[in-house]
Amino acid sequence: MQQDLREVAWNGLWKQNPGLVQILGLCPILAISTSMVNAVSLGLATILVMALANLAIASLRNFIPYEIRIPVFILVIAALVTVVDLAFNAWLHELYVVLGIFIPLIVTNCIVLARVEAYAAKNGPLASTFDGLMMGLGLVWVLALLGGIRELIGSGMLFTGIDMIFPGLSPISIFGEDYPGYLIAILPPGGFFALGCLIALYNWINGRAAARAAARPRPAPASAPEVPAAP
Amino acid sequence: MSARYTATRTSLRTAGIMLIFTVVFTAVMSQTYRVTQPAIEASQVQEKMRLINEVLTPGSFNNELLADHVDIGPTPELGLDRGGRIYRARRDGEPVALILEAVARDGYAGRIQLVVAVGADGRLGGVRAVSHSETPGLGDYIDPKKDRDKTRPWIAQFAGIAFSDVAPERWKVKRDGGAFDYRIGATISARAVTHATSRALAYATRHGRELFEAPTGTRL
Repeated sequence: MQQDLREVAWNGLWKQNPGLVQILGLCPILAISTSMVNAVSLGLATILVMALANLAIASLRNFIPYEIRIPVFILVIAALVTVVDLAFNAWLHELYVVLGIFIPLIVTNCIVLARVEAYAAKNGPLASTFDGLMMGLGLVWVLALLGGIRELIGSGMLFTGIDMIFPGLSPISIFGEDYPGYLIAILPPGGFFALGCLIALYNWINGRAAARAAARPRPAPASAPEVPAAP
Repeated sequence: MSARYTATRTSLRTAGIMLIFTVVFTAVMSQTYRVTQPAIEASQVQEKMRLINEVLTPGSFNNELLADHVDIGPTPELGLDRGGRIYRARRDGEPVALILEAVARDGYAGRIQLVVAVGADGRLGGVRAVSHSETPGLGDYIDPKKDRDKTRPWIAQFAGIAFSDVAPERWKVKRDGGAFDYRIGATISARAVTHATSRALAYATRHGRELFEAPTGTRL
């Protein structure tokens, strides 16, 4: 069980990362990652929805006929997103003003439906909730990085809008007041460029790890216990 | 055994299950709605008051402002195609200012929604862009929160101006031969806001008396 959970976590955070590998969820990734605070906020809302959706579907999976599973999944996800949307509007109104239309868009984020279909429909509630959390976290770190890069290049600032969440804090200007700002990073094309660079970096890291593993000398036969010593 | 799996039975069963799911999750949503509604309404009122306090000097009025309003039908002068609501600020019953919504349709990227306060003396209180989709970092200086110049935001230049200070034909940006500043690289946003503000001021000046005198809740 613990081994399984570790694999679930590894899949969500790195190996099957929803943002970099599955590329599911481009809609929020590109729309909201104009600043780190926005990106992380929407990411946290997505984690919440994914964990709840996986939990709900995994608990109900024995009652859902196979033929109508997709409509039921969508119904459940849409209901949960509505609940999250209302809760944000009621208790985190300042943030709601910024995230506004993007929260309902979580419904259209394929990653939620994909995890429900690929994992929660076949596994128990606990493991499924964990899978939702981990996939969500995988999305959040990509979103945070993307938002940070775009914000930094676009305006030379970090944490713009942090005062909406923590009124005491204020954004940091990294490059000073004279930084001209490269608008392209904040506009939609910048989202594609930054995501492309991140995916390239991801593949490079994986490729290097694979090359290193291949180059490592195989352990001597004598040290491997299952291989009998040469006569 | 085979009778259990006829097409009719299967479809009825699936339909029944779908129905149950729909009912249960609709109940969940409506319950959440009922729980969150008071908080949502409160934050909307708060949001409105915050905005009104930006365009009007706090303390210049003492009526229950959000309860003192008239509704107007579609008004092309204000750019409202579905009508809107005008709030009236009073001090001890005397008219102080009208708070109007106005829409500039000629922004660089779609409509710019404004809130404009016009004093009973025909002077602008303040103007705020409530929602717009002008280019981030370029045209969005019309929103003082996005304006790089924090001490003297662009939109503050309208505060306290009347038609007696700036003649109606000079309500243009300087580039068009008018009296108002704009930022290089994004004239269209400034032009749209300037024109919409001037139209709102003209509307409030022309209809001021009838807008103040109508009993609250009237539809004009």
